Amino acid sequence: MTSGAAFGSPAQGSGRAGLHAEIAFSRGDFTLEAVLDVPEKSVLAVLGPNGSGKTTVLRLLAGLLALERGRLEVTDTGGATECWDDPATGLFTPAEDRACALVFQDYRLFPHLSVLDNVAFPARARGLRRGESRQQAEVLLDRLGLTALAGRRPPQLSGGQAQRVALARALACEPRVLLLDEPLAALDARTRLEVRSELRNRLHDFAGVALLVTHDPLEAMVLADRICVLEHGRVVQFGTPAEVARRPLTEYVARLVGLNLYSGGLGGQSRVTLDGGGTLVTAGGEESTGGEQSTAPLHEGGRVLVALPPSAITLHPQAPLTASARNTWQGEVTGLELLTDRVRVAVSGAPDALVDITPAALAELELVVGQQVWLTAKATEVIAYPEPAGRDER
Amino acid sequence: MTSTTARTRAQVAPNRAPWPIAVPAVVAVLFLLVPLIGLVLLAPWSQLPQILTEAQAVAALRLSLITATLTTAISMLLGVPLAWVLARSRSRAVRWLRALVTLPLVLPPVVGGVALLLAYGRNGIAGRWLYQVTGYQIPFTPLAVVLAQTFVAMPFLVVTVEGALRSMDTGLEEAAATLGSRRFATFRRVTLPLITPSIAAGAVLCWARALGEFGATITFAGNLPGRTQAMPSAVYRAFETDPPAAAALSLVLLAVSVAVLLLLRDRWLRPGATL
Repeated sequence: MTSGAAFGSPAQGSGRAGLHAEIAFSRGDFTLEAVLDVPEKSVLAVLGPNGSGKTTVLRLLAGLLALERGRLEVTDTGGATECWDDPATGLFTPAEDRACALVFQDYRLFPHLSVLDNVAFPARARGLRRGESRQQAEVLLDRLGLTALAGRRPPQLSGGQAQRVALARALACEPRVLLLDEPLAALDARTRLEVRSELRNRLHDFAGVALLVTHDPLEAMVLADRICVLEHGRVVQFGTPAEVARRPLTEYVARLVGLNLYSGGLGGQSRVTLDGGGTLVTAGGEESTGGEQSTAPLHEGGRVLVALPPSAITLHPQAPLTASARNTWQGEVTGLELLTDRVRVAVSGAPDALVDITPAALAELELVVGQQVWLTAKATEVIAYPEPAGRDER
Repeated sequence: MTSTTARTRAQVAPNRAPWPIAVPAVVAVLFLLVPLIGLVLLAPWSQLPQILTEAQAVAALRLSLITATLTTAISMLLGVPLAWVLARSRSRAVRWLRALVTLPLVLPPVVGGVALLLAYGRNGIAGRWLYQVTGYQIPFTPLAVVLAQTFVAMPFLVVTVEGALRSMDTGLEEAAATLGSRRFATFRRVTLPLITPSIAAGAVLCWARALGEFGATITFAGNLPGRTQAMPSAVYRAFETDPPAAAALSLVLLAVSVAVLLLLRDRWLRPGATL
C-alpha cells in the first residue's frame, strides 16, 4: 500500500471512493516517489521534516505542478473515476478545474476583498452573480460561526481568524479533496490549541478526502486517521497514529514520538543483539495494535526494531544490587536538557539512550556531564517488532 | 563644561555631512532651484490672466489636456497587458522585448519623431499603405500629437506597472487558481485590484510626460497653432516672439508638475522610494 511497487503495473483505481495518487516527480537532485490512497471521509496526515517533499505532494495534487510519472485519480461513491493527471496519456486537469481546494500555510487571503467576498470568491469563479455568491458565503460563514468577521479585511484578522477564514474559503469550493499545508504552523501556541480542536471537528465532518501535511507529530496524531511519514521523498511509514507512535520505523519518527529506537537481530530467549552494540531483552511477543501495519510474528534470527520509552529507563549511581529489571548496562552522561516537567538525560553506552527523569531525581543523583551511571529497563517496556524489508537501502 | 559637552554632541551627531559632500550638494540644490525661482519671480504675474486667456494659449492648453489624457488612456489600455506579458512570461525572447519596449525611455524624443515620420508618414512603411487605402495621412494632425506622446510616454507606465507585477505576491494568483478561477478572471479580480495604485502612479507619470512632450511631437506633428500646437510647442513659439508669454505658459506647466509631484508624494517623497 505504501511502497512504490505499484509503478509499472497498469495504473488502476482501487475502486473505493477516495483519492488514489501514484506520484513521481523530481527537481534537481530531489526525487519524490510515493503512493497515497486516501478513502473518502478520512483524513491523512503526511508527516515529514523540511525538504521531505510534503509541500510538493500538495502542489502536485492541487494541480500547481504536474507529475513526471504516475497517476492521480479521484473516485466518487458511485464508483465513477476522474483522472486529474496522467503523464502517460498526457492528460492534465489544470488547478482551476479540479474539485480540490488548498489551504495554504500563509492562507493567501485576498487582501483587497472582505472576508465575505473572499469566501464568495469560489462561487464567483464558477460564474455565479455577486449577490448569489455572497448569499452562499453568508450561509457558510454562519454555519462556521464566522459571521462576525464577514465585513473585515484580511489584514484586520488575527492569525486564528485568518486560518478559519482560509478554511471557510476552501470549503466554499465544495471540494472532493481538501488539502491543508501546515494548517497550524503560523499560529502562536495558545491559538494553535484552540484552532486545532476546531479544525479536528471540521475535518471529521468533511465528506470528501482530507489530506494535510505537517512536521508536527502531535498535529498529525490529533487531526488524522492515518499518518504517512515522508522522508527524502519516500514513504517510510504508513499507519494509524497509534501504530506510528508505538512502533516507529525510522530514527526520525522515533525522535518525533520521543522513543529510543534500535535495530538488531533477535536471538534466543527474546534477546536482541543491537547493531550499535549491547543487547536488550524483550518480554516477547508484542501484541497487535489492531492496525494495518504488518504484524508478522517475530522469529529467531530475524531482523527487528526495538523501541524503548525514555521514561521507562531508570538511572542509578552504582551498579544496582537487585536485578529486578532484566536489562542493566553502564554508560556516561553526555547531556542534560530541561523539558517542561522533566529532565532528559543523554547517556552514551551500549546502547546509547535518552532517559527521562524527574527534576527531583536529578537533584538526588547529582548528575553532571561525564558521570558514569547504570541504566536499567524492564523487559516489558522493551517493544520489539519486525524491521521492514529494505529499511536501510537508502 | 556645558559648552564642551555641546560641541562633542555636535561632532558625534550621526549623518552630519562632511564639507566635501555638503558643498557639492548645496551647489546642486541651488543649480536646480535657481531657474525655477527665477521663473516664478520674473513671470509676468500682472499680465497672466490676459496671456492665458488669449485664443492661441487656450487652444494649446486645451489640446495638451485632451491629447495627454487620450495618450494616458491608450497607454493604459495597451500598456497594462504589455506589462503583464513582460512580468509573467518565462520566454527568453521577452528579455529582448523589454529592452525594445523601454528604448523610448532613453531615446532622444526627436529621434522618436523622425522614426514615427518614417513609419507613418505619407511615404512611410505603414503610412504609405494607409494613404493608398484611405487617403488619410497621420503626420501634422492632432492624432499625430497623440501618437508621438504615446510613443514617448507609454514606456513610463509599462515600466511602473511591470515593477508592481513583479513584486506582487504571485501566491495570490495561485490561490485564485486553486479556488477555480480562470486566468483572465484572476487577472481581473485579483491582479488588477492589487496593482491599481501602481497603475494610477504609472498613469499620472505617463500623463505628465505626455503633457511635456516636445521633441517627438514637433517633428511628427509640427507646430500648427490650434491644430497640433500643444503647450511645450506654444512655449517654444512664444519665446521667439513674446518672452513674457513664454514665461506665463511655462508657469502653467510648472504648476502641473508640482501637482503631479504632490499626487505621487507617497511614492516618491518617501526615503528609499524608486520609480
